[in-house]
Amino acid sequence: MDISEVHSNQGNKSKKKKNKKTVKAKAKVKNPEVKEESSTVEMKTEPEAAFPPTFSVSEIKNKQRRHLMFMKFKQEKRKQKLLLKKKRKKEREALGDKAPPKEVPKTIENQRVFDETTVDPEDEEVAFDEGTDEFSAYFNGLTNPKVLITTSDRPRGRTVKFCEQLATVIPNAYVYYRRGLALKRIIPQCVARDFTYLMVINQDRQLPNGLVLCHLPDGPTAHFKVSSVRLRKEIKRRGKEPTEHYPEVILNNFTTRLGHSIGRLFAALFPQNPQFVGRQVATFHNQRDFIFFRFHRYIFKNEKKVGIQELGPRFTLKLRSLQKGTFDSKYGEYEWVLKRHEMDACRRKFQL
Amino acid sequence: MEERSRLCSVWLGSETGILKGVSLDRKQAFNFCNTRSLSREQEIRALCWGDSAESELLVGCLDGTVRTFSTEKGVFTEARSFGDPQDGGYCGLASLRGSAIITCVECGKLRVWREDSSGPVAELDAGRNVCRMRQSPADPNRVATGGKENGLKIWDLERPEKPLFTAKNLRDDWLALRRPHWVRDMGFIPDSDKVVTCTGYHQVHVFDPSTPQRRPVLEAEFGEYPLTALSLTAAGNAVVVGNTHGQIAVLDLRKGLVRGCLKGLSGGVRALQCHASQPLVASCGLDRFLRIHSLEDRTLQHKVYLKSRLNCLLLASRALQKEAVGGPAEGGAEQEVKEEEDEVWDSMEQVEEGATKRKTPGGDEVKKKKKNKGGD
Repeated sequence: MDISEVHSNQGNKSKKKKNKKTVKAKAKVKNPEVKEESSTVEMKTEPEAAFPPTFSVSEIKNKQRRHLMFMKFKQEKRKQKLLLKKKRKKEREALGDKAPPKEVPKTIENQRVFDETTVDPEDEEVAFDEGTDEFSAYFNGLTNPKVLITTSDRPRGRTVKFCEQLATVIPNAYVYYRRGLALKRIIPQCVARDFTYLMVINQDRQLPNGLVLCHLPDGPTAHFKVSSVRLRKEIKRRGKEPTEHYPEVILNNFTTRLGHSIGRLFAALFPQNPQFVGRQVATFHNQRDFIFFRFHRYIFKNEKKVGIQELGPRFTLKLRSLQKGTFDSKYGEYEWVLKRHEMDACRRKFQL
Repeated sequence: MEERSRLCSVWLGSETGILKGVSLDRKQAFNFCNTRSLSREQEIRALCWGDSAESELLVGCLDGTVRTFSTEKGVFTEARSFGDPQDGGYCGLASLRGSAIITCVECGKLRVWREDSSGPVAELDAGRNVCRMRQSPADPNRVATGGKENGLKIWDLERPEKPLFTAKNLRDDWLALRRPHWVRDMGFIPDSDKVVTCTGYHQVHVFDPSTPQRRPVLEAEFGEYPLTALSLTAAGNAVVVGNTHGQIAVLDLRKGLVRGCLKGLSGGVRALQCHASQPLVASCGLDRFLRIHSLEDRTLQHKVYLKSRLNCLLLASRALQKEAVGGPAEGGAEQEVKEEEDEVWDSMEQVEEGATKRKTPGGDEVKKKKKNKGGD
């Protein structure tokens, strides 16, 4: 105990000196600096106060007292922050047009690690690769999408409704009951009936949690995690039921080579010629590797204003794997597999 | 083109039919083909050196042609079509004494071609669904084939009538059910007759033709996904295997245990090759990256994005990087540094007192410790 006290005293002395210096330097600033050490929460009052200059709230042994002091400390901090903000705003206003441009806040998206697979639109090789891949028949206008939607065995509750609503979003989609069939046996039948997509919604505890999207006749197959599904009924301020018109598709932010493949996979779900009369848009927005799906109806109110109305359902997808060829989880070759703790070790690295 | 192709030490064949060369010195990748005449039919399935000097590269395409690429000139010099395109793509290519070429297609036709004659010199049937054909580095006349439901066969091209060795299927399992067969890749273990194979059922088997036993002498397993590629290390006591999920492991061939895994891949492995002299292994596959790992500490040394899915890979036997070539030179530099250091040390005055002072307490302590130990 003795030793520790001595130690703290020494620390105090050195801090005192520092404090004096700061006070001298900023004689007119009322509030001394709050933070000097990042590790401990320190309570500092003006030098005349009863507390020793470096006083840590955590040293108070009475819990209630400690809580009170901590609240005070927090309040103080907040006040200072607000003051600073006000001051800056005033300065900006005073400067008027000459004010320096506002700093862009740092986010993990704009600090993204450079990805060498980012697609350059002028690259011949990638263009050729994409021009001759499995979706080329669709993008050349040779096939029309036809989608089969099914679920895991014995769907219950929300999953059934989710399937039905998906079928209203995707034109030319048919919902079938799974009847305990193996996917590998369904696929040849689908190919024989000219389906171009097989969509399987998996459920766990009556909630949809997985989506297998298999492009037919020869792949690829993507496996997604599905989360935060909100059905039409649960959406506030939603519009009337969607019409049968072909929607427009917006694909946002799919920049890497893998992202391009996934974007093409989604684009090929919808017919290529949207019927603009319907004024419906399906959006796949990629942000931080999560793909957000939204379905809207828009209206141009005048030349400047647009109104949108969500039609639902909305859900979020996260890619787990992309497999070459049709569904074959055992012997199929994977083009990309999410390896947790290896790939997402860097928070600023994104795959899509 | 000439300069470029001479620089390259790693060659890769892609699914889009582009032959790619990578120079690790300059950290550059080059495409060797006409970008206008690209087609998926020319997908490169097999690569091998045409001669021992490694100046010619044989490129086996999906449409049944074998093109010769001269690494000195940097252009395709010759294209020959062997067999029907209906036979399926090449699963193996090898050159025999410089002039002849061994080709093997998926339907199992293994043929030897000479340059002058139009028909095959020798032909043998290795059975259906062949996945890979490999030539023994020690004896060029010896090749191994294997595929789906088609066990390992070792052939002598001098006597193409009958295989030298045919592997027997594994023993039935504990439910008395037949075990399926699927050889995906194989390799000849240097300085012995043994052959190591990897299977689509995530097993690694070692066969020994010199013993009467036709079942594997060593069985090992890795992971739970099909193993697609295999490569023996230069020393021949370990094997590197890769699977469809992009997991690569180094297995020890003495007991079949995993020595370690190589990390960083995100897609299935299509080809693997260990360097002949350096402890390096190169891998490529569906994630469109060429990755070079060190076998010593298993760290990723190089990573090159090549824009197309890669099918096959070939390393030059010379050192991959110039720094490594300058190994002895580096050593010289180190020696120089040491000499300089010696000079520095020599020029310093000897301080004896301090040394003795330090030594004495230390010595005492040691003595004390010893005493303590003795007491215990």
